[in-house]
Amino acid sequence: MTNKVVHALYDDDDVLLSAVKAIRSDKHHIEEVYTPFPVHGLDKALGLEDTRIAIMAFIYGCIGLCVAVAMMNFIMIEDWPQNIGGKPSFSYLENMPSFVPIMFELTVFFAAHLMVITFYMRSKLWPFKKAENPNPLTTDDKFLIEIELHDNEKVLTALLKKSGAIDVSIIEKPE
Amino acid sequence: MASHYEAPIRKPLVTGDKSYHDVTVDVAAPVEGTANKQWWIVFGIALTAFLWGVGCIIYTISTGIGTWGLNKTVGWAWDITNFVWWVGIGHAGTLISAVLLLFRQKWRMAINRSAEAMTIFSVIQAGLFPIIHMGRPWLAYWVLPIPNGFGSLWVNFNSPLLWDVFAISTYLSVSLVFWWTGLLPDFAMIRDRAVMPFQKKIYSLLSFGWTGRAKDWQRFEEVSLVLAGLATPLVLSVHTIVSFDFATSVIPGWHTTIFPPYFVAGAIFSGFAMVNTLLIIMRKVSNLENYITVQHIELMNIVIMITGSIVGVAYITELFIAWYSGVEYEQYAFLNRATGPYWWAYWAMMTCNVFSPQFMWFKKLRTSIMFSFIISIVVNIGMWFERFVIIVTSLHRDYLPSSWTMFSPTFVDIGIFIGTIGFFFVLFLLYARTFPVIAQAEVKTILKSSGEKYKKLRDGNHD
Repeated sequence: MTNKVVHALYDDDDVLLSAVKAIRSDKHHIEEVYTPFPVHGLDKALGLEDTRIAIMAFIYGCIGLCVAVAMMNFIMIEDWPQNIGGKPSFSYLENMPSFVPIMFELTVFFAAHLMVITFYMRSKLWPFKKAENPNPLTTDDKFLIEIELHDNEKVLTALLKKSGAIDVSIIEKPE
Repeated sequence: MASHYEAPIRKPLVTGDKSYHDVTVDVAAPVEGTANKQWWIVFGIALTAFLWGVGCIIYTISTGIGTWGLNKTVGWAWDITNFVWWVGIGHAGTLISAVLLLFRQKWRMAINRSAEAMTIFSVIQAGLFPIIHMGRPWLAYWVLPIPNGFGSLWVNFNSPLLWDVFAISTYLSVSLVFWWTGLLPDFAMIRDRAVMPFQKKIYSLLSFGWTGRAKDWQRFEEVSLVLAGLATPLVLSVHTIVSFDFATSVIPGWHTTIFPPYFVAGAIFSGFAMVNTLLIIMRKVSNLENYITVQHIELMNIVIMITGSIVGVAYITELFIAWYSGVEYEQYAFLNRATGPYWWAYWAMMTCNVFSPQFMWFKKLRTSIMFSFIISIVVNIGMWFERFVIIVTSLHRDYLPSSWTMFSPTFVDIGIFIGTIGFFFVLFLLYARTFPVIAQAEVKTILKSSGEKYKKLRDGNHD
């Protein structure tokens, strides 16, 4: 079975934004939009939900902080307490001032790296990943809207043309 | 075009009548073209210096630290001076990409990529010095928290030197992912333009299959913002912790509470100077004058002027506090710095770091490209002397006058330093030929608000 999709190509971000609004107000479902740079307001126009990646970063940071505290508590207090510079290591809390730098560094380390790894996994980005943008011009200066077709070829093509598309093509996608 | 409004009083950040496609072509040009003769000459010099440095490092490791000019009194000298100098230079990249992002300074977009590259390359140079100074660099992994049964003891988390290990490695790795994430769309742009199969393969690999979906961009922007939020305190913490290496000791001249902010200001100062040095050449060689404009250089000069003045205030505060403390060792340390046998280093530092940036009060001078270039070199020399003054002049006359001595570097000290400069330029020159040196996807987002072409169009409409 093959799926038919229509690819509409635009050459301006403002035209793209108004086109997206027009298509959505006509109750067509936009499959995907490919743009060469982040178009301000496109996620809202497409009705995309807010990303929760910042919340994840906060959680990862908390994990990093806990790891730092647990690690230093074990190493410095429990496993081999020493009297360094007249400051005996018998209590984590009393020795904490000198542990603050590493508590901070590990918080940042965990938050930053795990967030970026999450981003790469969720957006399917990794070495040797094949790029899937249907038109190589979408990393240069063109914007592409992909819509699935359901026997509404004519209506949709007309709408896209009217919205300012410089090129409208119908592609058969093997599914 | 109402959403792209920018006050007409603001000068355009992208000059020339650039369209989106022009940005692509201009950024891809240095990657797609071939290297000219000058590039090969400079690369050859840098590579020679690098190899000379490698030779000196091999000699040091095989023979021992005794090949350096260190002695019983001055146990830290060029190695730590170079370490702090390189780490300091590394601060500008993250400052430009993170702090200026949080402050919504759009001018950062033309320079952040190269500044971050410079950060990563200079932190690599910095990291070399402590590792070589260990004497047995193959045991460098002992700085990691490795279990007790492995060796004799755990690492000491009370030690600022260990904090440094964590700070520098966090800084290097976070800067690297920040840089690389920003590079993905630009690598994808080069990938999609590539005609040769090999080039296409390499850039597909580097771009991680970036496609530019709306959702990806939404996440991309959020990730950039959060990384900037994380990197901002991180960049301040790194040089703070580097300054703790000295400030937590009991050596007069080092035991100073002003060190953290003073070091951070100095780091930004030297980092911006190095960015200016590199970009003034790069904008010319890679034909990027429409993106890295005189306005960009002027703004960086203003940062240099301000941070240079902060550093100047710190120097004077140090002198005042030494006198005000009433501690005669502290007083002598500073008197000795300014008037002792190393007076020339102290006054070289003062001239380069405090006096020279004051020229930037004059608009004519700070918008002169040649003058900016000269000052950027002067500042970097001055900041090297600052670290040398802090480290060597505080050590060479210690509590025991019978052990007072001078430090003179051997050819190995000098060779390793020159080697790191060579290594840095080898990396930067390779970067300039293979990486998209301007964050073109970001520049495209401000083209309609700050591009000269669109600004003119808009201003015309108002008339």
